[in-house]
Amino acid sequence: DGSDVNNEEGSAAENEESAKGRVGKRATPRTRRGRGRGRVRHGGEEDEDEDDEDGTRRAGHRRNRNRRGRGRAAGNEGSDSEGDPAKARKNQANQKSKEGDEGEEDEKADKSGKGKNEKKQDKKSDKKGKKEKANKKKKDKKKSGSGSDSESEEEMTEEELAKLKEEVEEKKKLIATLRNKPWKMKKKLSVLKEAQLFVDKFEGALGKGKGKKFYAYKVMMTKKWMKFQRDFENFKTACIPWEMKIKEIESHFGSSVASYFIFLRWMYGVNMILFGLTFGLVMVPEALMGKPYGSLPRKTVPRAEEATAMNFATLYDFSGFAQYSVLFYGYYNNQRTIGWLKFRMPLSYFLVGVGTIGYSFMIVIRTMAKNANDDGGGDDTSFNFSWKMFTSWDYLIGNPETADNKFASITTSFKEAIVEEQESRKEENIHLTRFLRVLANFLALCTLAGSGYLIFFVVRRSQKFALEGLENYGWWERNEVNMVMSLLGMFCPTLFDVISSLENYHPRIALRWQLGRIFALFLGNLYTFIIALMDEINLKASYLLLFIILEEEKIVKYNMTIWEASLYNGTIPENSTAPPIQVDPADVPRGPCWETMVGQEFVRLTVSDTMTTYVTILIGDFLRAVFVRFFNYCWCWDLEYGFPSYSEFDISGNVLGLIFNQGMIWMGSFYAPCLPAINVFRLHTSMYLQCWAVMCCNVPQERVFKASRSNNFYMAMLLFILFLSTLPAVYTIVSIPPSFDCGPFSGKTRMFEVISETLELDFPSWFGKVFGYATNPGLVLPFILLMVLSIYYLNATSKSYKEANLELKKKLQ
Amino acid sequence: LFYRYRDLAPQLVPLDYTDKPDVTLPYELIGSMPELKDNPFRQRIAEVFSANGDGNMTLDDFLDMFSVLSEMAPRDLKAYYAFKIYDFNNDDYICKSDLEKTVNKLTRNELTPEEVSLVCEKVIYEADADNDGKLSLEDFQHMIIRAPDFLSTFHIRI
Repeated sequence: DGSDVNNEEGSAAENEESAKGRVGKRATPRTRRGRGRGRVRHGGEEDEDEDDEDGTRRAGHRRNRNRRGRGRAAGNEGSDSEGDPAKARKNQANQKSKEGDEGEEDEKADKSGKGKNEKKQDKKSDKKGKKEKANKKKKDKKKSGSGSDSESEEEMTEEELAKLKEEVEEKKKLIATLRNKPWKMKKKLSVLKEAQLFVDKFEGALGKGKGKKFYAYKVMMTKKWMKFQRDFENFKTACIPWEMKIKEIESHFGSSVASYFIFLRWMYGVNMILFGLTFGLVMVPEALMGKPYGSLPRKTVPRAEEATAMNFATLYDFSGFAQYSVLFYGYYNNQRTIGWLKFRMPLSYFLVGVGTIGYSFMIVIRTMAKNANDDGGGDDTSFNFSWKMFTSWDYLIGNPETADNKFASITTSFKEAIVEEQESRKEENIHLTRFLRVLANFLALCTLAGSGYLIFFVVRRSQKFALEGLENYGWWERNEVNMVMSLLGMFCPTLFDVISSLENYHPRIALRWQLGRIFALFLGNLYTFIIALMDEINLKASYLLLFIILEEEKIVKYNMTIWEASLYNGTIPENSTAPPIQVDPADVPRGPCWETMVGQEFVRLTVSDTMTTYVTILIGDFLRAVFVRFFNYCWCWDLEYGFPSYSEFDISGNVLGLIFNQGMIWMGSFYAPCLPAINVFRLHTSMYLQCWAVMCCNVPQERVFKASRSNNFYMAMLLFILFLSTLPAVYTIVSIPPSFDCGPFSGKTRMFEVISETLELDFPSWFGKVFGYATNPGLVLPFILLMVLSIYYLNATSKSYKEANLELKKKLQ
Repeated sequence: LFYRYRDLAPQLVPLDYTDKPDVTLPYELIGSMPELKDNPFRQRIAEVFSANGDGNMTLDDFLDMFSVLSEMAPRDLKAYYAFKIYDFNNDDYICKSDLEKTVNKLTRNELTPEEVSLVCEKVIYEADADNDGKLSLEDFQHMIIRAPDFLSTFHIRI
């Protein structure tokens, strides 16, 4: 219907206003501008308006801009008083755009009058959309007509002029405030007509309109720019992946469950970037520009394993061909530069490793800061319920599905608010509650200690079994440790859940305690596991182990020279200066490659973790739901309300699983560049699977609670895990020599030597000197001190700002 | 806008409005407009803006309604009309029964009666400044002016 604007305005407006005799005046550009009426602009705008296919009747809006622009200060005041932020913004935009156009001469005369005049125009458009617009235009043309009339009245005396001006301004004021009066349309129209007649008759017309074309062009550009901005914002919002899914889940299950999915999505984004880094800067250069498979011993499957190298079982275990590929550390060559680009592979590998960790730290802390900002800003809880009741329904909704979701989300939001209210109203018997909480914590500690001891015991037993030879024992004994750890991981959280019912906390706080306890459980288990292993070998022996590996390397090196010599028919040269004989790389004896082994372990762990999660979801949630649904008919008690019933979404378990998984990725990605890729894939499928499972098999919790600050809590745990997982990698980089036979750092004594090598060889000499000075402890320590002091200062100022903020808020109330 | 009005009932609405014909469209047609059909308050909206309070609207009422609900209408005007919409019994006060009806319409009767009454009590507690147990126009305006998303939700784009 936008295309028929002309006719509509013409017919409807003309019909309505025919009695007033304003028929047929259309866009004839006039150069006179009666007190900022700028019909010229109207003329210009009309054309634009008609051209605009935007179905939304933003006529009034456009009009607004034009009028306001002209009125500058006065217009601004008027618009601000109405308090519409959108309008004010456009005002300012137009103000700026109109500055150039307007001459000063008109404005001085009666700025306020003009402002009100413009407001009159705005009001009219509000009231009647395009119909009014046509009216206005016609009236404006009339005004120009009457302007010419009034010019002839300049013979009036000064006093009469002044009085007339006063009356005209009064009428203008009435017209200006007419919009705010909640009268019926007819009444408004008649009052408006009368006032405008009056104003028209007696207003003088002076001044010229300038640069109308330029003005019209500017208006059109501003309009188009606004539209473009709006479309771009829509597009950006549409680009956010899974937004609709998460909104649906949020409306049915509440914001706490949705916060897990938002966390998952955020994690997916981080992993995508890590994947980009490792894939683009490490895997692709080596694959494209490095020596191909089979050219070097480290890149070839050893002869002994060749037979089984392509079996699915081997590949699933990430040995065989998978092991000798860009996926793992061992494949990379230690050539300083590769390819025609002189791409420095070892440097890139090192920097990407450090960079992933650095980037992860940065992004976690940045997200924490952003969350803190969002939370600290608006936690205004006055009128909470009133606002929920009166402003939660979005009148723009025109789609039944969206409406369904909106109803569900409103209901959930009310329930959340009710829970908050009930919690705050609860009467507490302080002593009983305290006693119960202490008891609950004591029980939790007992559980943790018990699980730790169990693991210790089981590991010792398994070592005893290993000593006696694994063949004597069945499957259970062989896998005892794994099974016990998994079982503990499955049952202890439920135990914690039961214990937490003693504590009677607000559900959000209870969730945090739960998360904390499960976290402690997993860490404790891991720690006892390592201790039990170490204890057996004991620390000295671990160094012994390292030493043994080094010795083994030496032995293998020696063996290799002997073997080479054997190829030269028996002589053992002191140094191999003889030309190398072509030997098939598959036959060369290999040194141990502990980095690849570590990488493989991590990859296997990740894969098995993924499988476990999926299987748990399928069995624990889906089969259970199927069972409850279909066997309910033929069962003695009501399955849906009684024992199994449908499961609730386990927020804490899933969040922790996600966090620990990410910790493993961070630990392992230095040794296995393929880990971020695997993780991206895993998170992607996990998102879809879990969204489906939640909507299909889970029921919302009894007490739905709002997850206001939970996001920062997850981030804090993530930060802690990030710190813990980078420790092993950093330790190996700094103190353990890399394997001599595989990987990009082979041949160096320490991995970080690649940096010093680059500095010496690639950068100009002064750079190395500067770097040497910069790393002087005398410089670094004061720098660290300065940073600590600035952190303290910033912290103090932010606290004071927050307090000032609160004070101001109180004053506003 | 006039064409949208006419499209609802082409046979009733003449193209020529010169003689100001007195044409009113029945509520059923208004309520079936795509912009309004999912709105739980459409009945009340039509009643508030119609000339005789029964939901049948002339062109003027139609324009009035969409202008108030448009983006450009000032906050006070919207607040005034919102008050009238949520005042189900038209007694110029939003009393507890009005609130209960609002909540039930918003949640499609999913909340229990205790929860509903808790919500209504909280609303009266929060917004009632003159302590008469119901919300007058001033109370309502005072509360709604401060709401951050009132303008963006009380808005229909047509």
